[in-house]
Amino acid sequence: MFKYFEPNKIFPLTSKAIKYVLFLFIIVLTVGLTEALILSPEDYKQGDAARIMYVHVPAAWISLGVFSSLALLSVGSFLFKNKNFSLIAKSLAPSGFVFSIIALVTGSIWGKPTWGTWWAWDARITSMLILVIFYGMYLLAWRVYENNEKAIKVTSMIAIIGAVNIPIIKFSVDWWNTLHQPASINILSTNTAIHSSMLIPLSIMTAAFALFSLLIFLMKYNTELIKVKNKGLNRL
Amino acid sequence: MINELILMNGYGTYVWSAFLFTLMSFTVLYFVIKLQLSKEQKRFALKFHSLNEGKARTARSQKINKEILSSTSNI
Repeated sequence: MFKYFEPNKIFPLTSKAIKYVLFLFIIVLTVGLTEALILSPEDYKQGDAARIMYVHVPAAWISLGVFSSLALLSVGSFLFKNKNFSLIAKSLAPSGFVFSIIALVTGSIWGKPTWGTWWAWDARITSMLILVIFYGMYLLAWRVYENNEKAIKVTSMIAIIGAVNIPIIKFSVDWWNTLHQPASINILSTNTAIHSSMLIPLSIMTAAFALFSLLIFLMKYNTELIKVKNKGLNRL
Repeated sequence: MINELILMNGYGTYVWSAFLFTLMSFTVLYFVIKLQLSKEQKRFALKFHSLNEGKARTARSQKINKEILSSTSNI
């Protein structure tokens, strides 16, 4: 099955997909921003401050999703000794890192008008900060180790250890008393505490953020493949 | 209408700064990754064109190398 995902076969596809994904991202983001900032109603409790949700929540979801993918790919890399897994993981990490920072910063901005403080050592916020640190360590390890084999081992270990933090982030609001509100949306259930007038902009913004993550992944993946091919030219 | 949109009942500073921070982060990340990609493409093209005839023929026999070269001409 893995032969279909060989870099040589998917490079033509990934290099052509970039411009289409960029185009789609701009359209979806424009619609999402219009919905989020103009068309969606203000919250009955938090007023217009609740609009921060439209950037904070998708950023947090995608940063968690990307890190979970890093962990899965790292396990795959260990089990199947497939270097393409670690190449995919390496290419996913930059967008995940930026999204985790966006989630933390926009959460902090949202905290000031709603909780009266920029920062609290709350379980959700602290575990999210730990995620940012894990992302930082992951990216740093790729830069520090010049030996590719060693870099793959170290980064995989970081991703697998860091994955322990993912359920902690998810359930922190249920396990501990936190300032952070509990989840309003459960993907495993049809019950949601958000009205459709807010759920639609949130979904559109999530789609836009996912497209941006895909765009960055494709560009980074192509960069990594060309790096590999550059080394191949040296060996000719 | 414009005033309402900018001020957002007193929450404008918070809402706009959160959205601007997000969009700025997107822009910076996009251009950093694009720069890395075009640098690597240029490095590949330079290396490829410095190969002698025999090595260039071997390199050209790999489809992916041709794809990289064609994408390099677009930058």
